[in-house]
Amino acid sequence: MTTSTSPTSSRPSSPPRSHAAFPSGPIRSVQGQAAVISGDDIDTDRIIPARFLKCISFEGLGEQAFADDRLELAGAHSLDRPERRDARILFVNRNFGCGSSREHAPQSLMRWGIRAVVGESFAEIFFGNCLALGIPCLQVSHDSLVDLQDLSTADPALDFQLDLVTAVLKAADRHWPLEMAPGPRHLLLSGQWDATSQLVAHDQELRATAARLPYLVNFAPS
Amino acid sequence: MRVSCCESRPAVSRPPFGFRLLGSAEVTVSSGTLYDKVWDLHRVAELPGGATQLFIGLHLIHEVTSPQAFVALRELGLGVRHPERTVATVDHIVPTTSQARPFADPLAETMLATLESHCEEHGIRLHGIGSGRQGIVHVIAPELGLTQPGMTVACGDSHTSTHGAFGAIAFGIGTSQVRDVLAAQSLSIDKLKVRRIWVEGRLPFGVYAKDLILHMIRQLGVKGGVGYAYEFAGPAIEALSMEERMTLCNMAIEGGARCGYVNPDATTFAYLHGRPMAPSRANWERAVAWWQSLASGPEAHFDDEVRFDASALAPTVTWGITPGQGIGIDEAVPTPEQLEPNERPLAEQAYLYMDLTPGAAMAGLPVDVCFIGSCTNGRLSDLRAAAAVARGRTVASGIKAFVVPGSEQVARAAEAEGLDQVFRAAGFEWREPGCSMCLAMNPDRLEGRQISASSSNRNFKGRQGSAVGRTLLMSPAMVAAAAVRGHVTDVRELLLAPPHPEPAQPEPALS
Repeated sequence: MTTSTSPTSSRPSSPPRSHAAFPSGPIRSVQGQAAVISGDDIDTDRIIPARFLKCISFEGLGEQAFADDRLELAGAHSLDRPERRDARILFVNRNFGCGSSREHAPQSLMRWGIRAVVGESFAEIFFGNCLALGIPCLQVSHDSLVDLQDLSTADPALDFQLDLVTAVLKAADRHWPLEMAPGPRHLLLSGQWDATSQLVAHDQELRATAARLPYLVNFAPS
Repeated sequence: MRVSCCESRPAVSRPPFGFRLLGSAEVTVSSGTLYDKVWDLHRVAELPGGATQLFIGLHLIHEVTSPQAFVALRELGLGVRHPERTVATVDHIVPTTSQARPFADPLAETMLATLESHCEEHGIRLHGIGSGRQGIVHVIAPELGLTQPGMTVACGDSHTSTHGAFGAIAFGIGTSQVRDVLAAQSLSIDKLKVRRIWVEGRLPFGVYAKDLILHMIRQLGVKGGVGYAYEFAGPAIEALSMEERMTLCNMAIEGGARCGYVNPDATTFAYLHGRPMAPSRANWERAVAWWQSLASGPEAHFDDEVRFDASALAPTVTWGITPGQGIGIDEAVPTPEQLEPNERPLAEQAYLYMDLTPGAAMAGLPVDVCFIGSCTNGRLSDLRAAAAVARGRTVASGIKAFVVPGSEQVARAAEAEGLDQVFRAAGFEWREPGCSMCLAMNPDRLEGRQISASSSNRNFKGRQGSAVGRTLLMSPAMVAAAAVRGHVTDVRELLLAPPHPEPAQPEPALS
């Protein structure tokens, strides 16, 4: 049981894809084909198996997205369909991204080309990791989701337009309402989803907070 | 406040699962809980979009989720804001056979060398291999006294919920957030709702904290805790040792709750007293008074409450591909008809993947590999419980069984009381500390369709290193029972029967 598998030895083949720029600034819309990932409780080990975490850079993770599922399906996985080699949106079911906090999961999806995830529900850490990368995770009803998955499965090349301003997804003269809490949606629309600069700006407040925490001085008398 | 009872499966009134609107749309109503008090104390500022900037009192880092964060920090021209509140160790990628440097795996060696270099550059304490303090990050921080009540703790690992055992508010974060905590010792985060999980009774003979949390996740679902912090309370929780509380809080995330905690009490204080990083004797009384002031009081108000009775539990084992697919050892694999309609598709996947038949018993199912360790169950009391089963018995023929202590301190303490000898004599391998086959980032992994009895926390497809490998989650004592019988076994049978060693068998060779 100790055979070491190098990350490249089980790399599924993937169709050539056009490179999309990573998210930056305000995120108002996402347009493109969709890929269908069916099933509840798809965990981040499924999205990116742990052996691919043996790296010090996220570069190269795109090709490993859903590596084991894609190997098993030998080209029949939704992401490997040649018609949707430029998929930008994922259609997922409930509790997508549960399990490990590894940001490698949304990083691999982003580097594959995914720019939005539409699903019935999301695990919390995954949702936050996507937000930090400028990738909106939007909620739809179960019926709408099944509808969307069926549509994209029947016509893999179908183009979808996701409008974050109106929270509507459109395709082929049809539309589906999307849900996202106002806070994260505001951050995406205003381009403030990258928190670091906001956090660093509050240094005075940070000092004031630290001053009321006795454990920071090992409970020495004040 | 809604109260649900979860004492028997048909009577379960489940809380709604799934995504909750995070942020200003959803107002949490809890007040006076430990979570509320710690949140208010650590609140730095309100951020655009309604999130809170929350001060992080203890930032734990390791080799897998930090390297990209340090690179991002450099690109932003920022330093580490509080290196003295940041503590590093190496756990995920370390081999457990030989830990001599350089590691045989060049990728693993690069990851450790990178962590060493970042810690050196930024003045961060690193508890490295051979320091006497290395181990799984969620094992070493408590044993060093770093984790204390009332703290906020963050780490780029979902099992950071473990630290809630001390009455800390602790959550797992992604690498972008690791960057944020390095840069600003704080996080942009939305407040959670608080669910009290009240547990009556006492854990029966042969039933452990692992069984309790597996039972809770089974009843509440793997999505049941999304949007919540879990407060574990009640007589059964108060009776748990600190190590048992850590096992419980560790798997809160498997139930969807980003953090779980237990109010600090005399058990907590006794555990912390005298630990290297705990408050000194001169400051001890002040520390205890502050810690006590943070516990949820009688005036506390929770968003909802769920009740369990620990006395009714049996040893629990998972049969499926999520930690919520568990049953008592005396039950059968559920049939689709016994499950909620929306649980059936996942159950169908699980029957196929696990090669199990609905209605079959789990007891008697042959296993190939037995793994004792992980941040869930790699502490001294876990090894004692497993050793009590292994003592005077022999690992069954053809079974690979190995024990991976959670830390160097755990290993030395276990060796001091001879547990390593008990395991070795029974045919288990005694390894060096690390995360090991919990997630198989080191050479310890399943091969092909092998099935493991594992004291770890996740039975996801492919989790233990083989894309088609299978995992049965259970307590360390149950893993030891499976090892000596060669199949899934009710550990209570072995605990009641005196050991009667079979003829010695050769130790299975390490391939």
